[in-house]
Amino acid sequence: MIGYLLEFSQALLALLLAPLLAGFVRWVKSRLQNRRGAPVWQPYFELAKLFGKDVVMSNNASWLFRVAPYIVFASTLAVTFLIPLIAAPLPFDNIGDLLVVVYLLLLGTFFLALAGLDPGTAFGGMGASREMTVAAIAEPTIALSIFSLALGAGSTNLGQIVIATLTNPGVALSPGHLLAFAAIFIVSLAETGRLPVDNPSTHLELTMIHEAMILEYSGRYLALIEWASWLKLTIFFSLLANLFVPWGLALTLTPAALAIAVATLILKLAILGMVVAMIETRIAKLRLFRVPELLGMSFVLALLAVTSSFLLK
Amino acid sequence: MQTLFLLMFSAYFLGALVALSGGRGNLGRGLVALAAVVGAGAGFALGASVLLSGAPFVLSIPQLLPLAGGLALRLDGLGAFFLIVIGLVGVSAAIYGFGYSAAYEDGRASLRMLGVMLNLFLLTMSLVTMADNVLTFLLMWEGMSLTSYFLVITESNEDAVRAGVWYAAMTHAGLALLLAAFVLLMNGGSGAFADLRAGAASLSVTTRNVIFLLAFLGFGSKAGIVPLHIWLPRAHPAAPSHVSALMSGVMIKMGIYGIVRVALDLLGGGPVWWGGIVLGVGAVSALLGVLYALMEHDLKRLLAYHSVENIGIILIGIGAGLIFHSYGLMTLAALGFIGGLYHTINHASFKGLLFLGAGSVLHATGTRNMEEMGGLIKKMPWTAFFFLIGSAAISALPPLNGFASEWLVFQSLLGGFNLPVPEVALIMPVAVGMLALTSGLAAACFVKAFGITFLALPRSHEAEHAHESPLSMRIGMGILALACIGLGLAPFVVVPILGGVLNGLGGLPDTRAAFTSNLSLQTPVAFGQMSSTLVMLGLLILLAVIPLVMWILRVNRKLRVSDTWGCGRVGQTSRMEYTATSFAEPLRRVFAELYRPTKEVTIDFHPDSKYFVQSIAYRSEVMPLFERLLYDPFLRLMQSAARQVRRLQTGSLHLYLVYVTVILILLLLAARWF
Repeated sequence: MIGYLLEFSQALLALLLAPLLAGFVRWVKSRLQNRRGAPVWQPYFELAKLFGKDVVMSNNASWLFRVAPYIVFASTLAVTFLIPLIAAPLPFDNIGDLLVVVYLLLLGTFFLALAGLDPGTAFGGMGASREMTVAAIAEPTIALSIFSLALGAGSTNLGQIVIATLTNPGVALSPGHLLAFAAIFIVSLAETGRLPVDNPSTHLELTMIHEAMILEYSGRYLALIEWASWLKLTIFFSLLANLFVPWGLALTLTPAALAIAVATLILKLAILGMVVAMIETRIAKLRLFRVPELLGMSFVLALLAVTSSFLLK
Repeated sequence: MQTLFLLMFSAYFLGALVALSGGRGNLGRGLVALAAVVGAGAGFALGASVLLSGAPFVLSIPQLLPLAGGLALRLDGLGAFFLIVIGLVGVSAAIYGFGYSAAYEDGRASLRMLGVMLNLFLLTMSLVTMADNVLTFLLMWEGMSLTSYFLVITESNEDAVRAGVWYAAMTHAGLALLLAAFVLLMNGGSGAFADLRAGAASLSVTTRNVIFLLAFLGFGSKAGIVPLHIWLPRAHPAAPSHVSALMSGVMIKMGIYGIVRVALDLLGGGPVWWGGIVLGVGAVSALLGVLYALMEHDLKRLLAYHSVENIGIILIGIGAGLIFHSYGLMTLAALGFIGGLYHTINHASFKGLLFLGAGSVLHATGTRNMEEMGGLIKKMPWTAFFFLIGSAAISALPPLNGFASEWLVFQSLLGGFNLPVPEVALIMPVAVGMLALTSGLAAACFVKAFGITFLALPRSHEAEHAHESPLSMRIGMGILALACIGLGLAPFVVVPILGGVLNGLGGLPDTRAAFTSNLSLQTPVAFGQMSSTLVMLGLLILLAVIPLVMWILRVNRKLRVSDTWGCGRVGQTSRMEYTATSFAEPLRRVFAELYRPTKEVTIDFHPDSKYFVQSIAYRSEVMPLFERLLYDPFLRLMQSAARQVRRLQTGSLHLYLVYVTVILILLLLAARWF
C-alpha cells in the first residue's frame, strides 16, 4: 500500500519539480550570459497564465489537434510512475521496463507531430518532419544504451538496474557505463529539444524544431504541451542521474531515507541543469543536417558501450 | 472438427461456384462475400479448436491423387495458428470486399473472376497450413500463387498486368527452389511430413545445408525478403484493396510458415549460421523496407514496403530463435520464435487494416497519390480513426499490439549475452540497433502517411469532395482495429498459446507458463517485465483524470476557432502546406548514400526579366538500387540468351524437319547403346 502511495507522490513530485527545473536552467543560463534573468519560478507563472487564457484553434484543425495535448501529457506523466525518482524498486516495475519508457515517450512525440501537421501550416509540417527525423535517428542510440545497461544488470527492469549498480559500485565506473552515459546524455539533449540540436528559447526561426511544431497551440493546450516537455526534461535528467549514479535513492521506505532521496534528486537535477546551461551558453546550434552526425557519434558511443560491456563481462 | 473443416471447404467451394454464375449485383456479391466469411470463420474456429484442444486434426484421402501419397491433411498447432491468421483477415476482407467491389459493377473488372479467385485463394491458402505431405503442400502452394496472380490482374490495366508478370516470375522461381528443396528432403522416400522429419537427421550435412538455403530463398521470395521483394511493391498495390490486405497481411506470412516448418520442424534446426542468415536478412529487410517506404508517396506502395519491413522484424525474431536453438538455449529460442509469430498475427491485423483503410481512401478519392490528398479526417472520420489505430500499432506504440511483439523480439535479442561465443553474441546488439532505427523510422513514416493523407487542407478537388465508405467497408476495418487493440491488451493470453504452438517443434520445451506472470509479460528470471494491459489502463485513467483536475481547478475552457496564423499573410491555401515529399526530405538527405536522389529543377522565366518566375517544375527520384544493380543485369543476360536461342527458331519448316530427323536418329542410337 505504502508503495503505491510512493508511486503517486513521486509522480506528483516530478510534475511539480519540472517547471522549476526548466526555470532553473534558464536562470543559470542568463547568469552565465551576464543577464539578470527571470526568477526561477517564472515557468509556474507561465503555466498559470496559459491555463487562464482562451484557446484559439485553427479552422483547418480537426479533433486530433484537441486530443493530442492530453495524450502527450498523459503519456509523459505515465512515465514518471515507471522510473526510479526517489526509491527503487517500485511496485510498478512489472508494468514497464526501460523499453516501455522509451516507447511511451515516442507515443507523445508521434501525436505531437501529427498535431503539428493538422492546421496545415508550413511551420507545423516543418517542425513535425524534423522532430520525427531526430526522434528516429536517436532511437538506435537509446536502444543500445539500454542494452549495455541491461547487460550489466542482467535486466531491463529499472529497479534491477539500480540495485545491480548499488550492490556492485565498481560498475558505475566501468567503460560500458561511462560510454552509455555519454551516449544517453547527447540523446537527451536531442530528445528534449536543447542546444545544439534545437533552441528552446527561439520562436520564429527557420531552424527551429519543437517550437515550430507547436506554433498553432495556445491557452490550456499550450500549457499542457509546455509542461509535458519540461516533464520530459526532468525524466531524462532523472534517468541519467539515477541509473548511472543511483546513490541516494531510498531502498527502504522510511521517512529519513525518503527525505534524503528527495534532497539528492534535487541536487542531481540541479547539477545536470547547470551542466546543460553551461553547454547552451558555450556552443552554437548545429545546422539541421549536421545533427545526424552528432547522433551518429552518440550511436558509436553506445555501440562501444555494448561491446565493452560484453568483453568485460 | 470434421464438421468445421467440411463447412470451411464447402463454403469456399460454393462461393466459387456461385461466383462462376456472375457474382454481380447486390445479391451476387453478397453471396460470394457470405461464402468467404463463412469459410474464413470456420477456418478460424477450426484453428482455435485445434489450439484449445491440443489435438491435431487429421484427414487423409490417399485415393485422391494416388501418386506420391495422395491428399493428406493434418492441422497441428503451428498450422492452426496460421489458419487463425487467415481467418481473422479473411473475414474482414470478405465483408469489406462486398462494398469495395461494388465499384466494379461498371465493368472495369470481372466480378466473376474476382469472386471465383478470392474464394479459391482463401481455400488453397488454408489448405497450405494443413498439408501433411509434399504433394499436397506444393499443389496448394501453387494453387495459392496462381489464384493470387489472377487477383492481382483483376483490374486488367497495363500496370496491373505488368505487376502480374513480375509476381508470376518471382513466385515461380520460388516454386522451383522449393521443389528442389523438397526433392532433396524426400531423399527418394515417401513425401509424408512425418517421414521427412524422421529421415532429416540421417541426411548429410551438406544436403541439409542446401535444403535449408533452397527453402529459405524459395519461401523468402514469397515472404518478400530483400532482395527478392521487388514484386511486392508492384503487385500488392495493383490488386483490389481487400486482396492487397489478404496478400500483404496473410499470404506473405505463408513464407514465414514455410521457413519455420522446414527449418525448425522438418529439419529440426541446424548450425548457427542458419539463424545468422535469417537474422541478417531480416534486419536488412526491415531497415531497407522502411527506408524505401519513407520515399514512397503512393499510399499503397508505401504500405507494401512496410510489409517488407515487418517481414524483416518477424525474421529477426525467428533468426534469433534459430541461433539460440543451435546452442541448445531452448527457452531463449522459444522467446525468439514467440516474438516472431506474435508479430506475424499482429502484422496481419494492422497491415490488413491499413490496406483496407488505403482502399477506402482510394475508393473515395480515386487516387493513391498522397500529394493529392489531405483533410480526409473531416470527410471520412471512421476511416481516419481506424487508419490512425493501424498507424500507431505498426509504429510499435504502446499499448497496441505492435509494441507487445517488438518488445518480445527486443528481449530475445537482449538475451544474446547468454551465447557462449562472443563473435556470435555481438550480432545481437547490431540487430538491436537496426531494429530500433527501423521502428523509429516507421513512426516517422506513419506520421507522414496519416498526417499528409488525413490532416490539414485537401490538396485536390477529389479529396475535397471525398465521402465516407459504406457500412460493410467500415465493419471490415472495425474488426481488424479491434484485433489490433485486443492483441495489444492481451499478450498474457497470446504468449502462452504461442508457447503451446511451439511446444515440441524441433525439440523446443513447453514454455506455456514461462513468459507471463499475471497481466505482465516477463522474460525468464525477470530479465524484463512489461504489461501493456496495465499501461493502457494507466493511460486511460490519466486521460480521464487530467481534464477532471483541470475542471476542478477552474481552468479556462473557452475555445475560439479562427484563421490559421500566417505570419501576417491572409488566406491560407493547401499549396502552403508541407507535402509528403517535403516531410521526407530531411531523411532523404540523411540517407542520401542509399537513395542517390536525382533532382531536376526547371524554371520558366518571364521573357523580360529573370527576376520574374512564371513557373517552376521540380522533379526528384530515388534510385531503385536493386532493380539497377541486380535485376536489370539479370534481365539483360536473359534477353541476350533468348536472342541466341532464337537463331534456332528461324520459322523455316524445312529446318524444323531437319531438327526432328536429327533428334530421332540420336534417340534411336541412344536407345541402341544404353
